Parts: sequence; structure tokens; C-alpha cells
Amino acid sequence: MLKVNNIQVVYNNVIMVLKGISLEVADGQVVALLGANAAGKTTTLKTICGILRFQNGELSEGDIEFKGRSIATHDPDAIVRMGICLVPEGRRVFSDLNVVENLWIGAHTRRDRDGAKQDLDMVMEYFPNLRRRYKQQAVLLSGGEQQMLAIGRALMSRPKLLMLDEPSLGLAPMLVKEIFDILRRINSEQKTSILLVEQNALVALKFAQYGYIMEGGKMVLDGPSESLLENDDVKEFYLGVSDDQERKSYAGVKHYKRRKRWLS
Amino acid sequence: MTEGAIYFLQLVISGIAVGSLYALVALGFVLIYKATDIMNFAHGEAMMVGAFVCYALVVAGIPFLWAVLMTTVIAMFFGLATERLILRPMIGEPQFAVVMVTIGLSIFLRSVSGIIFGHDNKIFPSQLSEQTLVLKGLVLSYTHLWAMLISGLMVILFFLFFRFSRVGLAMRGVANDQDTAMLMGISVKRVFALTWGLSFAIAAVAGIFLANVMVLNIAICLVAIKAFPAVILGGLESIPGAIVGGLVIGVLETLVGGYLDQTMPGVKDLTAFVVLFLVLMIRPYGLFGKKEIERV
Ligand SMILES: Nc1ncnc2c1ncn2[C@@H]1O[C@H](COP(=O)(O)OP(=O)(O)O)[C@@H](O)[C@H]1O
Ligand SMILES: [Mg+2]
Repeated sequence: MLKVNNIQVVYNNVIMVLKGISLEVADGQVVALLGANAAGKTTTLKTICGILRFQNGELSEGDIEFKGRSIATHDPDAIVRMGICLVPEGRRVFSDLNVVENLWIGAHTRRDRDGAKQDLDMVMEYFPNLRRRYKQQAVLLSGGEQQMLAIGRALMSRPKLLMLDEPSLGLAPMLVKEIFDILRRINSEQKTSILLVEQNALVALKFAQYGYIMEGGKMVLDGPSESLLENDDVKEFYLGVSDDQERKSYAGVKHYKRRKRWLS
Repeated sequence: MTEGAIYFLQLVISGIAVGSLYALVALGFVLIYKATDIMNFAHGEAMMVGAFVCYALVVAGIPFLWAVLMTTVIAMFFGLATERLILRPMIGEPQFAVVMVTIGLSIFLRSVSGIIFGHDNKIFPSQLSEQTLVLKGLVLSYTHLWAMLISGLMVILFFLFFRFSRVGLAMRGVANDQDTAMLMGISVKRVFALTWGLSFAIAAVAGIFLANVMVLNIAICLVAIKAFPAVILGGLESIPGAIVGGLVIGVLETLVGGYLDQTMPGVKDLTAFVVLFLVLMIRPYGLFGKKEIERV
């Protein structure tokens, strides 16, 4: 349903950050997009949801298709209406608003108030914590609750494709598991496709069916999750499982340094 | 009540009446600043234009309250047009350039109004002005009562709008975090335009009643300069702050005028600025502002 076709993105008319990226998300599929810091993952998501050009960026080459139609020149509100919603990096809840107001703002593009009310209930089912803190100002929520709120807010737009930018960042492993369990339920119960950007490669590849790996604005590897999990380079650089012997050697030290760069 | 107490209460009540109008002016100013980060230095002129339009309508024979309603709608469109034609082309330009544009607009509006309406004082021919109401020794003018009533009403309407309407919520979202609001499918362009429209509409109402309380001439736009201390006192980004700030400045100013103006003529008009200096020295983020607010 989403086809990103060889896109190039330039910031401030000079810095090329994406140098020809292609990826695809099929109906109902979960896809992971992995890569080190500054690889261009966030930029890819921003390009898809149309806010790039409001942040000094420009799509200079390539095309983005959603459900067979080009959305490369669409405004962000049109893209949300078509069914793509992003849970941004760092959660970005509306700190001055309370929980339920944050959720309602997620339904801004919708006209069916009854449907939105049902979805509000649905979000509260998925995230009972949010129901408990209904009237609380979002800034007072814990990190995990803010992430839940950001996901719930995106669900309020009834997306066909949910994009998440590093949802596990800064959360305890228990919470990460809880959130991914709920995402898995959302994917199977609501038939929502998911495009997930993660630094935590293991969690992401266990969750996704297909993975892409990017580096320095280019795709370097892609494939079904199982095969990526078996891939030696991926194991070494992303999953941190390499042969003990090798790690003791000189090359291993170098690799370790490289791995740190990947994971930083 | 003793005569002194009555005098004091009298001053406080007219202070609240004038202050509620300052509060409206401040509210309109804060609305734009909060949503768009622009300090609109033509806010006083928007107010003045509103007052003149209403004056022209009343002179043309339209009943006062109808004229107020029509002016509010006209001012709203005027605000929308200002955003579309003058501010939107400035998106992405440096803050300084945007400020200069609003100053340019203020000079333009003042000159045009001067050409059309002249520079002399006008008495607003409204049906409210002459009567007074005597209550337990207090003399209340209907103009003051109307000013309080209308400001109170506007504040309540705005509160309801921001709290319960979809568009009001979107506007708060944009004020809070513009990028994320955009991600949620809110058209930030449209919200900006609406903000200018609403701001000008409130400014017009404030202008009309100020012209009733005082006199109507070009200099009425200087009241916006008094709203500025009110805004700073309230905390620049806070709507409740703007309202409280406006009321405080109004009351203080009237008290100073009532007790000190005979001995020190003109001291009344200084009050607001003394407050401004004190606030900037003691509590620069204002009564309701957040500490980390960045000052321009
Ligand atoms: N608004 C921007 N203006 C200029 N450069 C940017 C902007 N946003 C990101 N970049 C640069 O683009 C590169 C990729 O960033 P990003 O997409 O955020 O990477 P990732 O999400 O993979 O960490 C980085 O080098 C970053 O400095
Ligand atoms: Mg990123």
C-alpha cells in the first residue's frame, strides 16, 4: 500500500540526507526500518507524511505512492486524511493539554464524531493507564504513558498505516515489551499496517515481518526479518552477538568500535 | 459607608471597567503571540479601525448593538485579510522583518484613518453614554457596566470555544507544538488565519467600548501600549494572565489617577509603565508565565 520510490531529500538546498531510498509496506504488514543515528530514518518518515518541506527539507527526486496515488506533493493534513499517521520521535505529546484533549486532537481530521468516540474507547481499552489519567495534563505523565498517549493519539485518526519513530527510546525493557504487545494487537485486530523505525534492532526484527537497514542515507540491506536475524553483519553490528573469539582479536576491537557507532 | 470608602469603591469599579477593556486588548495580542510567535504592533490600530467602523455604522443610523455585531464580523474579515496578504508572505523571514511589517501596517492604518475620519475628537453617539445608575451611593455609568458585561461575555465565549470546540482545541495544539499539530492533520495556515481574525474581532470590540468610555480619535490606538504592560504582567503567553493583567493595570491606573492626579498631573498614564518596569525587574516571566519563556 505504501511505495517509496528512490527518493532523494535535501535540507536547506545543500545537504543531501537521503540518496535514493526505496521501501515498500504491504497491506497489514509490519515493516522495520533500522539504522544508526543520523542515517536518515526520521527524515524518511517526515518525507512520507509531508511535513518535510515545512522543516527546510525538499524532496528533490523520486516519488511516494500510497494506495496507488502519488502523495509526494500532498499537504500533511491530506495525508492524514488518506490514512497515514506518524508517532513522532520523542513522543511529542501536547504538554499543555490533558490526556483526553490530546486524543481528541488526534481525531482532528475526522467528521464522524460517533466513530471517533468509539475509537476513544478503543484506545482506552488498549491503554488502560490512559483511562486512569484521563483528565491529567500530558506533561505530568511518565515516559511510558506519554508514548502510549502518542500512539493512542495517532490511532484516533484511524490510520491504515501507522508509522512509529523510535517508540522504545528511553523506556525500561518491561514497558517496551508492553508497548510492542499492544502494537501487535493493534496490527492484527485493526488490520493497521505498521512502519517502525528503531535503534533497538532485536525488538524491531522480532516484531516485524520485513526489515530495511539504512546507512548514510542509503539502503544497505533488506529482507524478511528471519533472514536478517540470521545475517552475520546484522548480528554483529546491530544485535551485538558476535563470536567471542573474534571479539578478542584486534579486528574484534575495531568491530566493537564500529558497533558502538552503529548503536550510539 | 464613609465618603472615602465610596470614593475608593467608585474608583475600583471604573478601574475594573476600563481594565476589562485592557484585558480584551491584551487577550487579542496574546492570542496572536501564542499561536504564531508574532508580536503584532498593529494591534492598537486594529482596535482603532474597529472603533471607527462602528462609529461610521452608528452615524449611518444602525442601532448601536447591531453596529457592534457587524463591526465584529467586519473586523474578523479584516484580520483574515491581513494575515493572508501581509503576514503569510512573510513566513520564513526573520522575526525582525515580521515585526517591521506590523509596525508598517500600524502606521499605514493610522494614516488612512486620519485621512478618512480626521484627527479631531469624536463623541460616540451611542444610546448608552449619558445615563447613570445610582446604587447605595455608588454612581455607575451604563457605559462602564456595558464594558464589563461585554468583556465578561467575550471572555466566557472564548473560554468555551477553546475548551470545547474542535477548532479551539486545534488552535491550542498549534500554540503548544506547531510541528506535531501539523502531524495530526491540522492545517496550521488555516489556524494562523483564524487567529488573526479572532484577534482583530476582539480588538474591535475593545476599541468600540474604549471609544465609549473615553473619546474616539486616532490616539485611541495608544491604549494598546498600555495593554503591553498588562501582557507582560500576565506572562506574555498566558490568556488568563492577559485578563488578570488588564484588570490590575486598569484598577491601579484609575486609583493613581483618582488620588494623585491633582498633585501630580499626568502620573496616571505612567502607572502602567511603572508596573512594567517592576515586573521586568522582579518577575520577568509574569504572574502566569512559565519561567523558561524566551524573551524577544
Ligand atoms: N531540519 C534539518 N535541517 C538540516 N539537517 C537535518 C535536519 N534534520 C535532520 N538533518 C540531518 O539529516 C541527517 C539525518 O537525520 P535523521 O533523519 O534525523 O536521522 P535518524 O533519524 O536516522 O537519526 C542528520 O545528519 C541530520 O543532522
Ligand atoms: Mg531519528
